[in-house]
Amino acid sequence: MIRLDKLSRKFQVGNQVVHALDEVDLEINTNDYVSIMGVSGSGKSTLLNILGLLDTPTSGDYILSGINTSKMDDDEMAGIRSAKIGFIFQSFHLIPRLTAFENIEMPMILSGISPNERSMKVDSALEKVGLTDRADHKPEQLSGGQRQRVAIARSIVMEPDVLLADEPTGNLDTTSGNEVVKLIEELNSAGLTLIVVTHDREMGERSNRLIELRDGKIINDQRKP
Amino acid sequence: MRLSDILFLGYTTLIRYPLRTIMLLIATSIGVMAVILLTAVGEGARDYITGEFRSLGTNLLIVSPGRNETSGGGVLDLAGLSPRPLTIEDAQSLFQIDNVRRIAPVVMGEAPAQYDGLERSAPIIGTTPEFLSIRQWEMESGSFLPGVSMRYSPPVCAIGKEIKSELFGDTTAVGEWIRIGDRRCRVAGVLAEEGRAIGIDVQKIVVIPVALGTALFNRDSLYRIIVDVRTTSRMDQTKQSILSIIKRRHQGKEDITVIKQDTVLQSFDNIFNVLTMALGSIASISLLVAGILIMNVMLVAVSQRQAEIGLLKAIGAKNKQINNLFVVEAIMLSGSGAIMGLILGHSITQVLKVAFPDFNFLPPMWASYVSLIVALISGIIFGLLPARRAAKLDPVEALSGNK
Ligand SMILES: Nc1ncnc2c1ncn2[C@@H]1O[C@H](COP(=O)(O)OP(=O)(O)O)[C@@H](O)[C@H]1O
Ligand SMILES: [Mg+2]
Repeated sequence: MIRLDKLSRKFQVGNQVVHALDEVDLEINTNDYVSIMGVSGSGKSTLLNILGLLDTPTSGDYILSGINTSKMDDDEMAGIRSAKIGFIFQSFHLIPRLTAFENIEMPMILSGISPNERSMKVDSALEKVGLTDRADHKPEQLSGGQRQRVAIARSIVMEPDVLLADEPTGNLDTTSGNEVVKLIEELNSAGLTLIVVTHDREMGERSNRLIELRDGKIINDQRKP
Repeated sequence: MRLSDILFLGYTTLIRYPLRTIMLLIATSIGVMAVILLTAVGEGARDYITGEFRSLGTNLLIVSPGRNETSGGGVLDLAGLSPRPLTIEDAQSLFQIDNVRRIAPVVMGEAPAQYDGLERSAPIIGTTPEFLSIRQWEMESGSFLPGVSMRYSPPVCAIGKEIKSELFGDTTAVGEWIRIGDRRCRVAGVLAEEGRAIGIDVQKIVVIPVALGTALFNRDSLYRIIVDVRTTSRMDQTKQSILSIIKRRHQGKEDITVIKQDTVLQSFDNIFNVLTMALGSIASISLLVAGILIMNVMLVAVSQRQAEIGLLKAIGAKNKQINNLFVVEAIMLSGSGAIMGLILGHSITQVLKVAFPDFNFLPPMWASYVSLIVALISGIIFGLLPARRAAKLDPVEALSGNK
């Protein structure tokens, strides 16, 4: 479902060019569970941002579900992010003045879904992440693990095809980190394609496929038998 | 995105940053309030002045010598033909018009008034007894001018209160003889101070018979003839009759001007309308200042909420939607500030009405609409730049920006 062809992303820093991604070729199948590992600065986040259409390559092609994304304008990319892609971040990125319920509602508010339908879907998402009793809590009233679970609920309410997680456990203790990992693995079992950037080797080994980056290149790509 | 959702999200930001919200509400409401109050004062002044004129009666025609500039009097002057004087006989001739009820010819000047070695310079009005009722003046003591023919000049006068106390102190003036210029007259009465008149202080004047006035000032022309008509609806006809009678008397030359009291009223009305609008526009400038304040605060909000903007983009917000969210936030700020200003402005107007019952503070309807609309438009215009900046943020950079 995902294919990258000689995809590069360069950054101009002063008079130096940084190759965050250097002619990467990659294919990821539907419902796969992929971990991306590598030292800091190896290009993991850049890869994830490009897969999530938050960033665009300097050269090369990104084909998503058979559609070449390189010719898309901002609105088309926003439409695909809304319908097909879910994001989870290390720092949760919840809107502090909104309740858990309203944060989860946000993607549906943006796509103009009716309040009734929204309410039903938020309820079922809250149930999936086990936070039904925290619906009216503001982020500041929630623990880190709970915040990340709200963020996961938000990422799945639009029923995306792909879930992109950039170090989702990076700000969590081991216990709540494990809960979060279990949760997204369940979502993967239920049919979601899961791509996780992680520092944690143990977590990386749990996936079906482990990709290692260095200096913007894939140096290792191993599948579980 | 639904409007109700946009409004809800805007509302959450307004209550999330109460200090900022209150500051901007105050700034906008002061602007709107200034528009309401200044226009209320302007309208009140207009109401007061036109009220003064209306008290002079709307059933009056005022005849004066010479043509208006606009009707071509300048040509006569160029030809060396100054207008014929408007005489007492001219005034008398107007009695032949049916619709004329009362006539008061007026001659004006300034002369010293003396009594018992004291002397005061006083404005002198030469006129007839009808002047008292036309002007709705009252006597404090004694009587006004005697009802005799206009051409007859009995040595009689009525004096204002201030002249009376300056010349006579506490002793009675009625029946005493005073000297006005080179004439002697008997004081018939003292005018009450309540008399209303534009441009004349009733307390300072001396009123004498019109024929005495023309003699005193050695003038052959009247200053004005005030004509009081019976039926106001036939005012225009009466005006035409006056013009044609005087024209016949002046060898076929139309060398007078007849205006309705109404016309004077109208032009004052216009002047004050312009004044009120000018006051309103000046006050609107403070709305502009409030708008610029909103812009700056919104720019700060955009950089404070970078991470949120990045997140919204990540979960599928289109640039247009981000733009709308910020513009609506600015409009909500300016709009609620404007409504607060309207409420404050109108309440203060009510308080002023109670405090100054003589002066009718009337905030005009348009001031409310205009200030509300100007506030909303400034919200849109000054919200646009910050909103556009938010919409254009790069999502990756915004996400990594301040949380
Ligand atoms: N906006 C940017 N401007 C300049 N350089 C950048 C930018 N984003 C990333 N880089 C550079 O690209 C490289 C890869 O970054 P990143 O994908 O964030 O790495 P990782 O997530 O693996 O730590 C790094 O060298 C980083 O400094
Ligand atoms: Mg990273």
